[in-house]
Amino acid sequence: MHHFGPNSEVQIARRTFLRRTGIGSIALASLLDPSRNSAASAAREDRWQGVISPTHYAPRVKRVIHLCMAGGPSHLETFDYKPELAKHDGQPMPESLTAGQPIAQLQGQELKVLGPQHEFTRRGESGLLMSSVFPKMGEVADELCVINSMFTEQINHDPAHTFFNTGTAISGRPSMGSWVLYGLGAETQDLPGFIVLTSEGGGQSQPISSRQWHSGFLPSRFQGVQMYSTGNPVHYVGNPPGVDRTQQRQIVSAIAHINQLRDEELDDPEIAARVSGYEMAFRMQASVPELTDMSGEPQHIVEMYGCTPGDGSFASNCLLARRLAERGVRFIQLYHRGWDHHGGVKQGVATTAQLVDQGTTALLTDLRQRGMLQDTLVIWGGEFGRTPMAQGNGRDHHIKGFSMWLAGGGVRGGTVYGATDDFGYNAVENRLHVRDFHATMLHMLGIDHTRFTYKFQGLDFRLTGVEEAHVVQDLLA
Amino acid sequence: MFTRSRRVIICLLIWLTCVGICPATERPIRFNRDIRPVLTDKCFACHGPDAQTVEADLRLDLREVAVDHGAIMPGDADESELMRRILAEDEGEIMPPPEAHKPLTPQERELLRRWIDEGAEYEAHWAYTPLSYVDRPAGASHDGPAMIDHFIARRLAAEGVASVPEADRVTLIRRLSFDLTGVPPTPEEVDAFVSDPSQDAYAKLVDRLLASDRYGERMSIYWLDLVRYADTVGYHGDQNVSQWPYRDYVIQAFNSNMPYDQFVREQLAGDLLPQATLDQLVASGYNRLNQTTEEGGSQAKEYLAIYFADRVRNVSQVFMGATMGCAQCHDHKYDPYTTRDFYSLGAFFADLEEQGVYGGRGSRPPMIRVPDEALRQQLTALDERIAQLQAKVKPLRTELLANQTAWETEAQNRSAERPEEAINWIDDTQDTGGRSEGRWDFIGPKQGPVHSGEKSRRQSAEGLVQHYFDDAQKPIEVQPGMRFFAWVHLDPMNPPQAIMLQFNNGDWNHRAVWGTDDISYGLQPESWAGYFRSGEAPPTGEWVRLEADPTDVGLEPGDQVKGMAFTQFGGLVYWDEAGWITSPGMPAQVVEALTLASEQRTAAQSAALQEYYLEQAAPMAALRQQIADAQAERQQVEESAPLTVVSKAVEPRTIRILPRGNWMDDSGEVVGPAIPEFLGKLETHGQRPTRLDLANWLSAPDNVLTSRTMVNRLWFLMFGLGICTSVDDFGGQGTFPSHPELLDWLAHEFVESGWDVKHMLRTIALSETYRRSSKPTPELRAADPYNELFARQGRLPLAAEMVRDGALAVSGLLVEKIGGPSARPYQPAGYYAELNFPKRKYVASDDDGQYRRGLYTHWQRTFLHPMLKAFDAPSREECTAQRARSNTPVQALTLLNDPTFVEAARVFAARIVREGGHSSAEKIAWAYLLAVSRVPDGPIAAELTQVYEQQRLHYQAHPEAARQLIAVGHAPVDEELEPVELAAWTSVARVILNLHETITRY
Repeated sequence: MHHFGPNSEVQIARRTFLRRTGIGSIALASLLDPSRNSAASAAREDRWQGVISPTHYAPRVKRVIHLCMAGGPSHLETFDYKPELAKHDGQPMPESLTAGQPIAQLQGQELKVLGPQHEFTRRGESGLLMSSVFPKMGEVADELCVINSMFTEQINHDPAHTFFNTGTAISGRPSMGSWVLYGLGAETQDLPGFIVLTSEGGGQSQPISSRQWHSGFLPSRFQGVQMYSTGNPVHYVGNPPGVDRTQQRQIVSAIAHINQLRDEELDDPEIAARVSGYEMAFRMQASVPELTDMSGEPQHIVEMYGCTPGDGSFASNCLLARRLAERGVRFIQLYHRGWDHHGGVKQGVATTAQLVDQGTTALLTDLRQRGMLQDTLVIWGGEFGRTPMAQGNGRDHHIKGFSMWLAGGGVRGGTVYGATDDFGYNAVENRLHVRDFHATMLHMLGIDHTRFTYKFQGLDFRLTGVEEAHVVQDLLA
Repeated sequence: MFTRSRRVIICLLIWLTCVGICPATERPIRFNRDIRPVLTDKCFACHGPDAQTVEADLRLDLREVAVDHGAIMPGDADESELMRRILAEDEGEIMPPPEAHKPLTPQERELLRRWIDEGAEYEAHWAYTPLSYVDRPAGASHDGPAMIDHFIARRLAAEGVASVPEADRVTLIRRLSFDLTGVPPTPEEVDAFVSDPSQDAYAKLVDRLLASDRYGERMSIYWLDLVRYADTVGYHGDQNVSQWPYRDYVIQAFNSNMPYDQFVREQLAGDLLPQATLDQLVASGYNRLNQTTEEGGSQAKEYLAIYFADRVRNVSQVFMGATMGCAQCHDHKYDPYTTRDFYSLGAFFADLEEQGVYGGRGSRPPMIRVPDEALRQQLTALDERIAQLQAKVKPLRTELLANQTAWETEAQNRSAERPEEAINWIDDTQDTGGRSEGRWDFIGPKQGPVHSGEKSRRQSAEGLVQHYFDDAQKPIEVQPGMRFFAWVHLDPMNPPQAIMLQFNNGDWNHRAVWGTDDISYGLQPESWAGYFRSGEAPPTGEWVRLEADPTDVGLEPGDQVKGMAFTQFGGLVYWDEAGWITSPGMPAQVVEALTLASEQRTAAQSAALQEYYLEQAAPMAALRQQIADAQAERQQVEESAPLTVVSKAVEPRTIRILPRGNWMDDSGEVVGPAIPEFLGKLETHGQRPTRLDLANWLSAPDNVLTSRTMVNRLWFLMFGLGICTSVDDFGGQGTFPSHPELLDWLAHEFVESGWDVKHMLRTIALSETYRRSSKPTPELRAADPYNELFARQGRLPLAAEMVRDGALAVSGLLVEKIGGPSARPYQPAGYYAELNFPKRKYVASDDDGQYRRGLYTHWQRTFLHPMLKAFDAPSREECTAQRARSNTPVQALTLLNDPTFVEAARVFAARIVREGGHSSAEKIAWAYLLAVSRVPDGPIAAELTQVYEQQRLHYQAHPEAARQLIAVGHAPVDEELEPVELAAWTSVARVILNLHETITRY
């Protein structure tokens, strides 16, 4: 005899609460009914509003989707067209470029040029030069603002990822997603504000670390929450076996009630926050399955992404990313581990590109058709690029020049910013350091990176660190 | 009405500003408390200690410079340039400049004015000055707890703030149990304490808890955060590394109350102590707890620089309360630490044997075996047995000699015997019919030494290099007793680090290695078939035949060997003929001797013959086998002991100051080991200072950094707040101590007590200050929201490990055992999917390991266990002196749904049913008492009763669901109990385990 209507949880909760008194229960009741604007502290604790309020500037975008191409995609086979390089194929690399420069697996070996392995064609009305490995992405070429002059400081995967995400290779600093969430808060009450999805394929799967989405010295509520395509989509979001939602509701309500009863004696503000945390947890237990249940996506959308929703592929993650963006998640990071092509760069890049091409394109298209691209910043790129020098028939890690692109609100679509030299070795024109990228990203979100600090161990830390960093206005429309 | 309410607000504001919050409107200005924080935060970035960035040659950290410069005119603020600039209206004039985003507040400007008018006196930074306190205030008792209360009371009186009364006894025993042992008290313990009428009931409780083995575990949670202990290497593949014996050393050190100075010395320099014990060697593993890498393509030099900086950061934070990290690239902007100090401090550790880039999936040599007591006994017994057996050899030889002549006659008659024979597979060409890989650089005698035929093969490299063949047309079948060989000639001027022979019988995991562990292929901490350590590198400058016994490298008779590889690490090696040696009948020399009459034999021939006879004789062979078996067993026993990383001193490498921290820049000055210059100089009589000298300096009685840092942290553990609130930074950007004299008195007491940690904790615990309630009055909350006056106790979320321990303890699942390999609680499947090299599959412990204290959880740096992470345990990549304290939905999800807590709840439920009494009311009271040490009042009991009844109704209707719930986890299901009943009580238990009070220390 346990038949409940669609609102049964709330009804149970109401019934339970009606007989209660005290501020705590008002707070709790208001949580169950967002339309009731209670002044109780518990409700205020619920959604982090951010410390940058109002923003320093008018924000161009509300959210970030970072498509992290982990492993280091070759710029020379994707967005940086180097016809000169082809002419030198097989010849020794000029020592003037390489002498005294950091080098990874090619240490102590003879350095010879490897010409570009894929054709480039002009795409879109803007005639953007792109590699043929991205047939689909060409359809959104006019949205892309390609940067061909990136450079970084770390030549191995692990520190390079840490550097790109936190602005330093030293462990323990907050990731950019955590900074953004700390600064701006999220627009969702039911989901974490910073979510990480991963996929792999197409090359050797270099490990990644939760350091890349960790909150470092910021409070742990700002850390990225990883979502999974198998098992619980978020750790511990499912009820224990043999417990259904009604029972879980009873348990959460009882916890809240006893906590409140004790609060009358203990007078501890943390109790209200605890009660509120349990309410949000309980809501997440419903909102996460609702989020990951993509059965309601129309066929033409599924076909556009070209995946079986929920299969853990990059394309499926792109579809999920759109759903997260719709629900107000502030920072969404998709890692695709598969770009580390030390050998067989030609086939490797083609294979990995194929795994990300359609999903990326669909995501931009889908955001655009929903009117969301204009307030989203989409970032595509890896932790570094790859050498113009051959490593067998592959390429080694390279940090002196590489490519990435931005798309979405406020960036100049269909343009190329900066350039490497003829060999694709050094970024030489409009060089753009990772710090400059961070400063620019924060700027687009309405934040002045020099005024966005957090005190830790006596120092005012910021994402862009102590060295100079520049907002690159030329990237912005 | 309007006027009145405004007046109330104004009064309230004035009252708020005056009570303890706004500094110094009345009291005299004190530089360290009032002025230094302002100058440091707002001015020193450009006018402070960093010589590289001083603007306009003005340093405000040095009074003389500031006065000479005219910035400060002591006694006359109006004439001081500093005042003019901080009050300037003009954007180009005003200080700090607007782009610094560090405007001075009006109060700060006023403070600076008053300070200059009062004479602009400076004080040395408090953390570096000698301890200073009034020895014994008049009229005060001279016992420690009273001293604490005296210092606290004095400030409270000065601020006009009233303290709160003592907490009730239940709160006290819970607080003490968490603070000193990390586990909640049992109802029996609570009852005993609450009903103990004796005067010293409380003191006895403190002593009991300090004597508990749990004490060391609790303290280790904190210490391991500081030293960043973990079970994995941290970078890239984040492989497992065995260093848990260090963790156990820490637990034992706290439990045995090792004096803190000794604790410091053993960790920094245990290996350098005279006649270092095994424990001291284990302690020295501290120096090697830094993160390390195995990532391919990493440059050793870069990573050595990374490890170096990591170590300096950690040593300075753990022992000195200093944040020296910034000085890696530039002089510290706020503290007197220079870049030179950074590299000089690191140079103490330049003697550590280590590698920039490691191989072997978690092998981190130097490592040692750490047998426990049981193993040590076994080893001793085996050593005795081996000695006994070896003692039998000599008598047996004498006995056997009597029969030698008879044997010779018999042997001469045996015709089948033939000498062993070396057969070449490779000599002047690679003509095995298999394919060649690598460089086969055949050379003639003019280009280098040749052993056989016309040619040898030259191979040289900076690092790892090899040439090999595979898929030989005629594979070689392994025969019993055969050996493989290869002739090598190592260049004496440029010898390799290591040299290796390798065989392919379908796979290449058959390696014999001579020399160092530099060859990374197949490297594991212990020898195995795929990496058999065959001894030292052969002598250089001569031809040597390397021989590999197939049984050592995992080849068995019948195996078909089809390839051989010739590998070296570094150096120049000439390789010549290689092949196999057939089964030995008799050595050639013996055969030859047998053909001669005894008087015709040379002395060498006679000796060889006798030796051969004796060793092949059946009784001797049997004895030898016994010895070999015992030795093999000994090795097996020894290798069952855990490995741990240790410090080992070798010739110190050269340390240079790296300009702007750039490891590729070799232009910096070479520095030797030295303590930070402003703190003095070590006297080592012309000897290079060692880690032991550093440790001795740190643990010297007059080293106020060490003692202040540690007592402040002990205080922090007992209140949740340090006397200096920045427990990780005693520098200029740290906070000024709320009670400087108390801090100094504690530091003094610590040193005087012989660095007695338990004594300090006991002293603090016995103070009235510690025993106060944690509940603020409304007045107190307004006057001192952060509790910096200690008018009450702190209220703290339990550490992640204790949240786990509490649930396990209440349920009765907790398995208490000190130390051992790390345990693996349930963890969501696939959590390690992002790891590689190797891929990882987490297998939860299916034995007692499932129910160990949280402290023992396998600590994966890149993917910390989600439960620990949710409750703010750090990744242990860097030093953590103060964990974040959060209160999040993820914590709620974890406590509600993590199988560890569900299992604890259902096992707790079985206890409730069995032990909780007859009625459900009794059971509820019992269960609640177990978790929070109190009986529930009416409304709480009613709520729990309702949960029980609702859930029981539900499970009656859904018995299958009940069976699912009560089967969560590995613990056996109590079959005698009724599933529906058990499930309903499980729900009640879940409520109780999730209560805020259950996971909070009040």
